Amino acid sequence: MTDAASWTFVCHRDDIVPNTGVCAKVGDAQVAVFRVVAPDGTEDGPDNGIFAIDNFDVRSQANVLSRGLIGELSTETGPALVVASPVYKNHLCLKTGRCLEDEAWSVKAWAVACGDDGAIMVRAS
Amino acid sequence: MKLVVIGNGMVGHKLLEELADAPNLAITVLCEEPRPAYDRVHLSEFFSGKTADDLSLVTPGFFDRANITLKLNAKAVGIDRAAKLVQLEDGETVPYDQLVLATGSYPFVPPVTGRDRNGCLVYRTIEDLEAMTEWGKKSKVGVVVGGGLLGLECAKALKDMGLQTHVVEFAPRLMTVQVDDMGGRLLRRKIEAMGVQVHTGKNTLEITDGAGLGVGGRHAMKFADGSQLQTDMIVFSAGIRPRDELARVAGLIRGERGGILIDNQCKTSDPSIYAIGECALWQGKIFGLVAPGYDMARIVAKQIVAGDAAASAPQFNGADMSTKLKLLGVDVASIGDAQGTTPGSLTYLFNDDVAGHYKKLVVTADGKQLIGAVLVGEANDYGTLLQMALNGIPLPAQPESLILPSVEGGSKGIGIDMLPATASICSCNNVSKGDLCSAIEGGATSLGALKKCTKAATSCGGCLPLVKQVLDAELKKSGVLVLNHLCEHFAHSRQELFHLVKVGGQKTFDETILAHGKGRGCDVCKPTVASIVASCWNEHVLKPKHASVQDTNDYYLANIQKDGTYSVVPRIPGGEITPDKLIVIGQVAKDYGLYTKITGGQRIDLFGARVEQLPEIWGALVAAGFESGHAYGKSLRTVKSCVGSTWCRYGVQDSVTMAIRIEERYRGLRSPHKIKMAVSGCTRECAEAQSKDVGVIATEKGWNLYVAGNGGMKPRHAELLASDVDDETLIKLIDRFLMLYIRTGDRLQRTATWIENLEGGLSYVKKVVIEDSLGLCAELEADMARQVETYECEWKKAITTPETLKRFSHFVNSKEADANIQFVDERGQIRPKSALEKKLEVAP
Repeated sequence: MTDAASWTFVCHRDDIVPNTGVCAKVGDAQVAVFRVVAPDGTEDGPDNGIFAIDNFDVRSQANVLSRGLIGELSTETGPALVVASPVYKNHLCLKTGRCLEDEAWSVKAWAVACGDDGAIMVRAS
Repeated sequence: MKLVVIGNGMVGHKLLEELADAPNLAITVLCEEPRPAYDRVHLSEFFSGKTADDLSLVTPGFFDRANITLKLNAKAVGIDRAAKLVQLEDGETVPYDQLVLATGSYPFVPPVTGRDRNGCLVYRTIEDLEAMTEWGKKSKVGVVVGGGLLGLECAKALKDMGLQTHVVEFAPRLMTVQVDDMGGRLLRRKIEAMGVQVHTGKNTLEITDGAGLGVGGRHAMKFADGSQLQTDMIVFSAGIRPRDELARVAGLIRGERGGILIDNQCKTSDPSIYAIGECALWQGKIFGLVAPGYDMARIVAKQIVAGDAAASAPQFNGADMSTKLKLLGVDVASIGDAQGTTPGSLTYLFNDDVAGHYKKLVVTADGKQLIGAVLVGEANDYGTLLQMALNGIPLPAQPESLILPSVEGGSKGIGIDMLPATASICSCNNVSKGDLCSAIEGGATSLGALKKCTKAATSCGGCLPLVKQVLDAELKKSGVLVLNHLCEHFAHSRQELFHLVKVGGQKTFDETILAHGKGRGCDVCKPTVASIVASCWNEHVLKPKHASVQDTNDYYLANIQKDGTYSVVPRIPGGEITPDKLIVIGQVAKDYGLYTKITGGQRIDLFGARVEQLPEIWGALVAAGFESGHAYGKSLRTVKSCVGSTWCRYGVQDSVTMAIRIEERYRGLRSPHKIKMAVSGCTRECAEAQSKDVGVIATEKGWNLYVAGNGGMKPRHAELLASDVDDETLIKLIDRFLMLYIRTGDRLQRTATWIENLEGGLSYVKKVVIEDSLGLCAELEADMARQVETYECEWKKAITTPETLKRFSHFVNSKEADANIQFVDERGQIRPKSALEKKLEVAP
């Protein structure tokens, strides 16, 4: 599979309410796609924009991560953008998929891109 | 996979606890004793009145689970390793894929002639203790053979039964393993002062007929030095020997002096067979304490779960044998290299014959680290010293200060804060300081709650003082630093924030955090601000600008369940419902294949709805006249009622009508936590109003209003706020009470904890809401009136708002359902498939 062919269009940026997530079907996988906007409305820069991780929450064994609350928590390595699983509130880093409470609950982060037209693409892998 | 565990002692049972929820395991437990696991560490408490049930380690229902079969009175006599079968005494065979030997040990009885005479007993099982009690009744003199830990415990039991008690020890001192000569001497002096006679250096040659004083055995014990001792009963407690006879007949490798040889994975010489606890021999050592046994159990559990990846699972690396005990009322503790056998090691000694304290420190040759200690008579510093030794914390400048009596104003030892988070506080249950801290942070703020939640200090209890210190230190820290700040983004309590928002006029989360907080917020402050904004401005929770700060339950207006489905709870005010409406609920449940259950709040919960089904389900319910039950919100749940004076012979007021009136008034009201209410039609209190946040009980003259009760985790009786009030006054008072709570309650604080933490408690609330001491009553009532006026059913609104309906889809780019949500039938309804069931289905 070539690199170009492996990108899947999932939805338009406007389909995602700011600071929420949606679940996208990418091949057979479920990917949680989040749209992060700063409180002042800024939507660009490294800590804003579109992020994607697995939708499957390892801890609860359910496909729910897209329905979690987005937040920012202090960690040893600085502030981390996270989503809190709606089932047991474990926090997953939006950039890496790492679980702050227990490495065993970490998930995969997906490559995601948002075009100038607002089209959101996820790279299947 | 078939796992067979032979032995249901403390260690065997720990293994079962660790594996109880492991998928894909069918466990058979063979227990030789007539009862399942009990607490042998606290066995002596049997004598002080505890029953076998009190000592049981089995939590109620534990053996009801389908994956564990317990066979009692089932003695294994052989293992056919080729066929992988365990043979039982009665001829039955039990097949296994993997086998764990947790057969424990048996009491060693020295090979003395006459040791099997009537009245010669051992001390190991509940049956042994029952025999001791029987013999104790007809005896006046009792001898314990063995001056170790169990021997002295046993001597206490005999003494407590009123017997003249003797302890006979082969070695020259008591407790040879744990203490040194001087410590042993002090221990002996203390024990003798209590009337127990100690005979050390006595080699028993034979036991013959003698002249005991009771009506019992009448034995004479003859010693190698020519002396004799006359007694009625003898209890042997001279150490333990591993029960390895099964391993012997099965041809597993054993140690020269017994014990089933295991490697670091706790595997025996047969890779399908593990051995754990006192029957296992690791690097030439048998571990006779419960903590190393528990360690082995945990390791084997992880090995079994890891399967092929077992090699990378944790391994057994030996164990610390430090211990602290109270023997015959004397504190004795031993840490690490208590005897000072490490080459070059140095000692510090403190001996106080007057007070009866002996303390010794063993330190490294360079004097920098503690490697061992003995404490007799007073062992309060055991925890501190143990942590210093285990964690290699450098000794203070004057190490002697650790054992010298503290002088006024001087501080000694290490603060609990010095300990790293990894420091093991409870070695029995493997609880670290970090585990305790996170449990405290998670709300376990009392010693009881902390023990329950972490299991720390629930086995031997030796670490209890340390657990308490951690708790105190953490609470102090959180009191000083965290105060009641909402989270790292808001340096305010919920109450403060409520006022700031009300004054500042912020109507969204973003406005609020820009004005009063910092950063982006998190899953703690977002729903809190959403609730505050809803309470202050009646901002509808469904508005898109609030979408990103609502918990999933508020976002989907339903309660998320463990498998990612949601439950649906229509409001049934006062628990009153027409047959037609009941039929509608039944029909909807049937149409959508939902699981139905009656709730504790007199309504019906429908489970198993997928997000995409919620609007249709609610469409049908709303069409039939149902409203949202707000079971998903931090808001009013139900107003429970009894049938009241309409039907009941005893009722004095119409409780159903009042319950419906109250429920319809406060439905949808957002608050710091959920609110439950009830109305009872007479003093018999069938609606259990005194366990509710707001409870109303009918009187001959009107209503009594109770507030701040709670059921659940920490039950609290509601307190009487007002008596014999009429309908209108009742509603006014509830209005004011609820609004005061909503304004001043902390996040997730129910009314019960709120009133307990409120300065002045109930009398303050009375002053504010009855006497109007703050002049607030009119404002509180007006706030509530606005809430009542602007109420609208969230579901009715949702199903008619296309923008809101968009969110009810599992995928943004597909109409498909989530394939991971799967059900099976149970008792004629659905239930979620377990992980195991899903796995079995996928496997070919």
